[in-house]
Amino acid sequence: MELAIETSGLVKTFGMTRALDGIDLGIRKGSVYGLLGPNGAGKTTTIRILATLLRPEAGHATVLGHDVVRDARAVRRMISLTGQYASVDEDLTGIENLVLVGRLLGLPRREAKERARQLLDAFGLAEAAKRQVVTFSGGMRRRIDIAASLVSTPEVLFLDEPTSGLDPRSRNQVWDIVRAIADQGTTVLLTTQYLEEADRLAERMAVIDHGRLIAEGTSEELKASVGANALHVRLQDREARERATALLGEEAYGTILPATDPRTVSVTISDTARAAAALTALSGAGIAVAGFSLGAPSLDDVFFALTGRPTEATPKQEVVV
Amino acid sequence: MSADTIPARGDLGGLLGDRRRVAPAGMLSATLTLGWRAMLKIKHVPFQLFDVTIMPLMFTLLFTYIFGGALAGSPREYIQYLLPGVVVQTVVFITVYTGMGLNTDIKKGLYDRFRSLPIWQPSPVVGALAGDLFRYSVASTVILTVGLILGFRPQGGLFGVLLAVALVIAFALALSWVWIIIGMNVKTPESVMTVSFIFLMPLTFASDIFVRLETMPSWLQVVVGNNPVTHLAAASRALMHGEPAGVAAAWVLGWAVGITAVAAPLALRMYHRER
Repeated sequence: MELAIETSGLVKTFGMTRALDGIDLGIRKGSVYGLLGPNGAGKTTTIRILATLLRPEAGHATVLGHDVVRDARAVRRMISLTGQYASVDEDLTGIENLVLVGRLLGLPRREAKERARQLLDAFGLAEAAKRQVVTFSGGMRRRIDIAASLVSTPEVLFLDEPTSGLDPRSRNQVWDIVRAIADQGTTVLLTTQYLEEADRLAERMAVIDHGRLIAEGTSEELKASVGANALHVRLQDREARERATALLGEEAYGTILPATDPRTVSVTISDTARAAAALTALSGAGIAVAGFSLGAPSLDDVFFALTGRPTEATPKQEVVV
Repeated sequence: MSADTIPARGDLGGLLGDRRRVAPAGMLSATLTLGWRAMLKIKHVPFQLFDVTIMPLMFTLLFTYIFGGALAGSPREYIQYLLPGVVVQTVVFITVYTGMGLNTDIKKGLYDRFRSLPIWQPSPVVGALAGDLFRYSVASTVILTVGLILGFRPQGGLFGVLLAVALVIAFALALSWVWIIIGMNVKTPESVMTVSFIFLMPLTFASDIFVRLETMPSWLQVVVGNNPVTHLAAASRALMHGEPAGVAAAWVLGWAVGITAVAAPLALRMYHRER
């Protein structure tokens, strides 16, 4: 298996904080890989080291065989970075931003313009080409930002939280873009707080917490590591949640899982037959059930099982349209 | 795919399939491209030019007519003394924007993109300085034009005036490095402004831009006489009026070289340093 990115024992501290505490990664060439974890877990630090913006204090990292410290310039020729904040010039128009990057990458003026136009078309930004980026919506801004990373097709693309703060529609657009990029053979390393996002896009993923890698594998493998199915019960009345939680916990059906929806109780369950018993017990106690589902644990459940605490990754409702 | 899907995967696929790679822009070309960026910003946000056009215009008018009579007998007399100093003061003040712009770019994440490109790493900073050259020139031109209308008559002719402006700009570029350092080390563009004004206020007002050195108390003459802005104003006046400027100009160049020699390497080291 050919690796696009390899790191071993990466350590980075900021003052008293150990942002990275020995990260080992091996990312297959041409794959989409997800770095998953809550805020401050070390995801951005990892990406910044790989994009040659930070030097690790210990350990080393290579991108397509080039050391990110000793051979930074060779690495920069093959990567593109789309940071967490819009890394384009807001005062400039959409097309000017892309031409600027094209010129810096050595394209002659005409080719830079041509490539900029093509990218704007492909990203549905043709009409906004001559508007300053400061007037763009959140979704458009993210697209121009990703487009700026594709002015020359990178071998490796780093996307730092590409969909944070986006509305569902814009998020879907970004997902489609990521898939299209991966289809062309570019390796994509993305960080996300949204477990669903990693599940949808990434072939493999690593869960990071407090600068340490706490799990690695495919989404299936991570789910299997929790080892149990989960029963999700949606209650008619949210007042009854506490009682339902107590009942399901008490009856030792399994471990209560964290839920973000105030009307839902989730519990791990070892065999499906127990589900029927659990539902009977609820109705016996006079708790009305609006619906239920039985399924493999979500990545939220995985994170909880690995760290003993829920993710703070409930998508913040700051929707930028 | 739903109607929501704006980017057609096919189109994008074709675009990305083109994996040709050309040699990235060289040192000069990258710097010029980033200087072009500064020009574009001025085009889109012309308000930035307010400080280099309207403000000096107001300064010239106010000082000439308010102080002129008292300090030199008449505004027309005074402007011969004052105008070269207004050019100095204005250009020295607007050097702060270099630091503010850099701070904004860093905070917005734009410098992360530049630094991850295969270009000469200092080119964004040097490119910004190249853009500043334009602003300094605009400011100087505006002030000189207004001055000529108000009766400023430089005896040194066009050549003397150009020499004076070149000297002012040389000093301004050197001073910019100081604000670049501050821009990299404070949290907001506003803090760059606050910190730099603490230095700039005494630097420009405790100089002989507005009044002659001889009129000040002797202890103050020592302070003001050693202020590089005093040297710069004195040299500009002399050059514009065709008088010998050698000593003052040498002081200014010495300061410019000194500041650059200390601040530029320090700024570039900080720029390379990780954030």
